[in-house]
Amino acid sequence: MDHRRKRGSARRALLRGFAGGCFALLLGGAVLGTSAAHAEQVVRIGALYPLSGAVAKSGEDTLNAVKLAVDVINGKYPDSHLPFAKPGGLPGLGGARIELVAADHQASPEVGAAEAERMITQQKVAALIGTFLSSVAATVAQVAERNEVPFLIAEAEATPLTERGYKWLFRTTPTSREQARDFFLFLRDLNATREQKIKTIAVVHENTLWGQEFGTSMEGYFKEFPEFTLAANIGYQQGTTDVTSEVQRLIRLKPDVVVHASYDAEAILFAKTYRQFNFAPQGVLAIGAAFSSTAFRNALKDDANYFLVREHWALDLAGKNPLTAEVGKLYQDRYNKAMDGTPARAFLAMMTLADAINRAGSTEPAAIQKALQATDLPPSSLIMPWDGVKFDAKGQNTKARGIFVQTLQGKPVTVWPFNIAQAKLVWPKPASE
Amino acid sequence: MTVELLIQLLVSGLGMGFIFALIAIGLALIYGVMGVVNFAHGEFLMLSMYATYFAFALGGLDPLVSLPFVALAMFGFGVAVYYLLMRKVIGGATHAEIFATFGLMVFMQAAAQFLFGADYFSIDHSLLSGSWRVGGITLPMPQIAAAAGALICTAGLYALVFRTELGRALRAVSQDRVAALTMGIDADRINALSWGLASACVGVAGSLLANFYYVFPRVGAVFVLIAYVTVALGGFGSMSGALVAGVIIGVLQVISGLFVASTLKFVPVYVLYLAVVLLRPRGLLGRL
Repeated sequence: MDHRRKRGSARRALLRGFAGGCFALLLGGAVLGTSAAHAEQVVRIGALYPLSGAVAKSGEDTLNAVKLAVDVINGKYPDSHLPFAKPGGLPGLGGARIELVAADHQASPEVGAAEAERMITQQKVAALIGTFLSSVAATVAQVAERNEVPFLIAEAEATPLTERGYKWLFRTTPTSREQARDFFLFLRDLNATREQKIKTIAVVHENTLWGQEFGTSMEGYFKEFPEFTLAANIGYQQGTTDVTSEVQRLIRLKPDVVVHASYDAEAILFAKTYRQFNFAPQGVLAIGAAFSSTAFRNALKDDANYFLVREHWALDLAGKNPLTAEVGKLYQDRYNKAMDGTPARAFLAMMTLADAINRAGSTEPAAIQKALQATDLPPSSLIMPWDGVKFDAKGQNTKARGIFVQTLQGKPVTVWPFNIAQAKLVWPKPASE
Repeated sequence: MTVELLIQLLVSGLGMGFIFALIAIGLALIYGVMGVVNFAHGEFLMLSMYATYFAFALGGLDPLVSLPFVALAMFGFGVAVYYLLMRKVIGGATHAEIFATFGLMVFMQAAAQFLFGADYFSIDHSLLSGSWRVGGITLPMPQIAAAAGALICTAGLYALVFRTELGRALRAVSQDRVAALTMGIDADRINALSWGLASACVGVAGSLLANFYYVFPRVGAVFVLIAYVTVALGGFGSMSGALVAGVIIGVLQVISGLFVASTLKFVPVYVLYLAVVLLRPRGLLGRL
């Protein structure tokens, strides 16, 4: 069908032109921004985010959290309990300020690599942070490795990134494989409280890289958690018009639990089709925010209740952690928007990087690398519900943990780990009318 | 169990199939009369879905109530598109026709995203919500209604084209434009009529679809690709071909989704399409 090809290439050309324009504007902004401050000692950090293109909105929300962290570090917040907030600047470097150099990688791995190169060679950044997208993190990691500059991945989750043995790469966020493990940990925990054990799990995933990797990761854990069996691993085409056949397969298999990796559109479609065919497993669990998004809740009203989503962070954890409350309020006041899990992880990453630079007492990349390797942050200093931050030999944080959030009466509430739960988990999922 | 399952799949497949058919018929109609492929056809569907959604969300009108109005408005929209855009480019280079409808597609998608945002909207309850259960078989009401509506609409259109004077004129223009002109048929008006009717069809499809599918700026692209295949499979310009092909595709994708693999559920559809195009290039019911 050659009209389709024409359509695609025309759209690409249009997008390219538009992205180029945005990029030029941004570059101008970045150059102006950097020439302003020079007075005392500064530590330059390069932040790479997608500020144009399809995920621009997420990129902006996330970069905002990094900016917020930098302001908390640089400014004087006498009433704050966040690290570095009181003194203003990094005490280990004589009160040095952090200067953030931000760039738009346009969701393109090539642009990301070029920008990283520019930041390192021309703007002499001491470290890099970013990049929201795993594909971009992969090329930026190569540039950082070659130039021997630390690169901290704050949100990109693809497992292979920290499997290559890079020396200058660190990642605070859990990998997608570790996130898959949380589903098993949660179900094992749940089984310990129940007479009737949960046994069979069906995995349903969309078939782009994200969903596929999640499906494979899930399959890999059944050996480690032998009490569970895999009922089916169903991949489906993203952008499908109906999911009757997928749901019919599930109905025949009768799994106790369904675990989903779906984007917004198909999350709605599946939930509606489940209701239509009265398919009622004990619970539906999902990775990613689709099953608790605003669009999902609006589309399904009361039927949006009881779905469980594995999250990184939730605002309701403020009850257990005063730092969460503080940072949530700062973000809300400044950007007029509720903070969610991805900005929260970006904030944490910037704080982790600042901690390492502070301990290094130097802006030398090698000293910062050493300090990062020695990082061991206690849970009390974090805004995340984690056991801490400590990197393994591959640079992956080993102390990140997930939480499960259940939509109850139209609101997502933290229900697991049970010791920090804000409401009692409702299980099994009550039958809908 | 297996018989029930088969019936279930058949019901679901037919439901989707009639919707595919109704979307494709509009495409086939315009092509049949004017020899133009309307690339913005999916966006017409999106527009009618937004109209149905907003009638529901802002005016409290049930999709079933707003359906005739949406169809009528879409008829007007189609006619307007013909007079304001298509009439200026037909008879010129083929590129001009392609780019006119293509440009309209890009414009409508961007406009929808600008005006309504990229969010997903859906109608959470309507007169057609819920489902019937007969034995072990679930009959989802919105899909059944959509199938029935699509069938009625197709039958109506068929009667109009094959049983009325206006339809005769329409067919005359589609068969031989010059001869029709010499017979005193106003081809311009017939062209406008075909755009109006095609848009009304897609308006009905959008209204019915909005009962169970969500609306977002790119929703047209999801359905229109299947509509192109439907038209090509059924035979370009053939309405009955589009109906038959739509039903075949609907049933085939549901069945292969269960028995083959769900990621591959459209593979048999495209294989069938290739086979038909190779063995019978004019499509199932198309004429050369």
